Amino acid sequence: MSEVILEVKDLKKWFPLKRSLGQWLRGQRTWMRAVDGVSFQIKKGEIFGLIGESGCGKTTTGKLIMKLIEPTGGQIFFRGEDVTHLSPEALKAYKREVQMIFQDPYASMNPRFRLHQVLAEPLTIHRIGANEQEKRALAAEALTKVKLTPASDFLDRFSHMLSGGQRQRAATARTLILSPSFIVADEPVSMVDLSTRAELLQMMKDIQEELGLTYLYITHDLSTARYFADRIAVMYLGRIVEMGTADELIDHPLHPYTKALIAAVPEPVPGRVNLIKEIPIKGEIPSAAQIPSGCRFHPRCPFAVDDCRHLTAAKLILAGPGHAVACWRYKELD
Amino acid sequence: MEKLEVKKIKLYYFTSKGVIHALDGVSFELRAGETLGVVGESGCGKTTLGTALLNMPTPPGRIVAGEIRLDGVDILKLNENELRKQIRWEKMAMVFQGAMNCLTPVYTIRKQMMETILSHRKMAKEEAEARIIKYLNLVGLSADVLRRYPHELSGGMKQRIVIATALFLEPQIVICDEPTTALDVVVQAQIINLLKKLKQQLKLSFIFITHDLATEAEVADRILVMYAGKVAEIGTNEQIYGPRGAAHPYTQLLMAATPRLRQKVDQLAFIPGTPPDLLAPPAGCRFHLRCPQVMARCRQEEPPLIEIEPAHTVACWRWKQ
Ligand SMILES: Nc1ncnc2c1ncn2[C@@H]1O[C@H](COP(=O)(O)OP(=O)(O)OP(=O)(O)O)[C@@H](O)[C@H]1O
Ligand SMILES: Nc1ncnc2c1ncn2[C@@H]1O[C@H](COP(=O)(O)OP(=O)(O)OP(=O)(O)O)[C@@H](O)[C@H]1O
Ligand code: SF4
Ligand SMILES: [Mg+2]
Ligand SMILES: [Mg+2]
Repeated sequence: MSEVILEVKDLKKWFPLKRSLGQWLRGQRTWMRAVDGVSFQIKKGEIFGLIGESGCGKTTTGKLIMKLIEPTGGQIFFRGEDVTHLSPEALKAYKREVQMIFQDPYASMNPRFRLHQVLAEPLTIHRIGANEQEKRALAAEALTKVKLTPASDFLDRFSHMLSGGQRQRAATARTLILSPSFIVADEPVSMVDLSTRAELLQMMKDIQEELGLTYLYITHDLSTARYFADRIAVMYLGRIVEMGTADELIDHPLHPYTKALIAAVPEPVPGRVNLIKEIPIKGEIPSAAQIPSGCRFHPRCPFAVDDCRHLTAAKLILAGPGHAVACWRYKELD
Repeated sequence: MEKLEVKKIKLYYFTSKGVIHALDGVSFELRAGETLGVVGESGCGKTTLGTALLNMPTPPGRIVAGEIRLDGVDILKLNENELRKQIRWEKMAMVFQGAMNCLTPVYTIRKQMMETILSHRKMAKEEAEARIIKYLNLVGLSADVLRRYPHELSGGMKQRIVIATALFLEPQIVICDEPTTALDVVVQAQIINLLKKLKQQLKLSFIFITHDLATEAEVADRILVMYAGKVAEIGTNEQIYGPRGAAHPYTQLLMAATPRLRQKVDQLAFIPGTPPDLLAPPAGCRFHLRCPQVMARCRQEEPPLIEIEPAHTVACWRWKQ
């Protein structure tokens, strides 16, 4: 499990914001810095969790890796090859190997298509399957993998005839149909309730082990990330602030932001109902259009000192084996 | 308010496909100053219960049986006019599921809050604005948000505005339907803290609806577990989450499916299958098709609510022995 399958280096995506007339005349441009210098490696057969609050740039990172959008800067390597810029043919081959499960299963399936048509779409794009018969057989096979069985019961259904959990299974089947090796799963279980969530994650884990897949698991839910992922990266305003194995990161967090996230997570245990929970950080995440100077977490950080406000942002540094953190003060605070 | 007593309430949806038995004989009590948590999987009737309490079923729903007594008065016997003048928003308010995303995008917060409030009670604009500001401050917002549009506000701020609007007519009972589900954990914790502070300051009683047992552990004094339109279990926070654990097989499985951050588990349990179709709910115990402890009797006879210790009731035949 040591071979690196995917690596991103200093990846950036800045979206231009609309300018006022004054800004336009002065030639000023403002940017939404959605992803602003992200680097990580994912090993073959690994589940890598990318977690963070709404708007921190998780989906944008996923879309960059899927090559659905062009990066503003940085590089992407797949199996050691630079795939940042690809010819149309190479891109097509890449898109067969790297698949994405989208955040919203309602929006990602054409409501007028029956399930076998939804599943045949990627096959047609990639010219797989000689005829409808063959495509239907492949679709049935994919449905069986995600336990929508017997597949014949589901092939002719429309997506609105499925429960939330079944719809998510169908979305997973669609990504599996091209036999990819890498899957970006963007909040695959956030729309279903807890029992269904557990069941879907178990299914995804079984498939991953069986087929030797690698996942980038995007979520805002630390509890499922701990259970599901091997390693976790915590993202804040377009940057990774901490990264480590799932157990190490949660049992021994180093960044004040990670610590605050962990403190906020509810747990099904007694004795909490009469307490007002201590939440170490104030306010909410600022806009990616106005990124604070220095450490971008400093306005909310209870431990910020002058250096944090003025020095350039702390880079991710190795704090222990496989555990990296971007905070000037992590040692004193630990 | 002294007490809200709900007795054998039934709310059915009369659809073209048939009758959906969304609430099928639910009974419980809400005492002054307590928070009652309502949990269960999607579709088990939590939101339907909230609308029933306000006697405000969503079409094609109708309350077909039961009583809802607020300090002795059965509110199901009141007419629309009486309900509007005496009950809804006056004594009982509801923060609807997803309401924060239903603020109208083209109006300022001032306009939307003003309209809601003036439609319920006549008062001078200045007085209304002063009250709005008072309640905004109470939920931790400044008057500055009044001139903003919904898209300029974060999810947490929008949820606070919805809560402030619900509190405006000084109700004693507030029903919150999944008020934190769409929010990030930090904001979720902030809103939960806010609700706890409001409960103390304003001496409110809450009904807190969610599908997440972990969130419920943080807010609810007592927990009502629903399954397929019926009560499965009611117990105190300590009884449900304490070392002896919940008593109903359904609650036990829901608990095992709840991921815990502070403890590594290799496998999450899940409840195989799906909740039954409420168009034709199964005979006997509604959980019997998915229950690992099912017995012959469970398939035929519906289990009654059995008190297994003070304040702890369970609808399961296993406890009849
Ligand atoms: N096409 C776009 N044009 C302009 N801004 C964008 C675009 N896509 C995303 N953004 C902005 O970039 C930031 C990051 O968005 P992104 O969707 O990646 O966040 P996320 O972490 O996936 O959030 P969520 O948890 O809500 O899904 C946000 O501020 C968002 O508004
Ligand atoms: N207006 C309606 N018309 C017809 N059926 C309805 C209506 N509202 C709810 N139902 C049905 O009643 C049952 C209970 O729904 P309800 O919305 O109360 O569940 P819930 O527990 O709140 O679920 P969720 O966790 O998804 O919000 C479901 O089977 C649902 O499909
Ligand atoms: S009554 Fe029977 S089927 Fe229902 S929960 Fe108890 S043991 Fe299970
Ligand atoms: Mg996203
Ligand atoms: Mg609901």
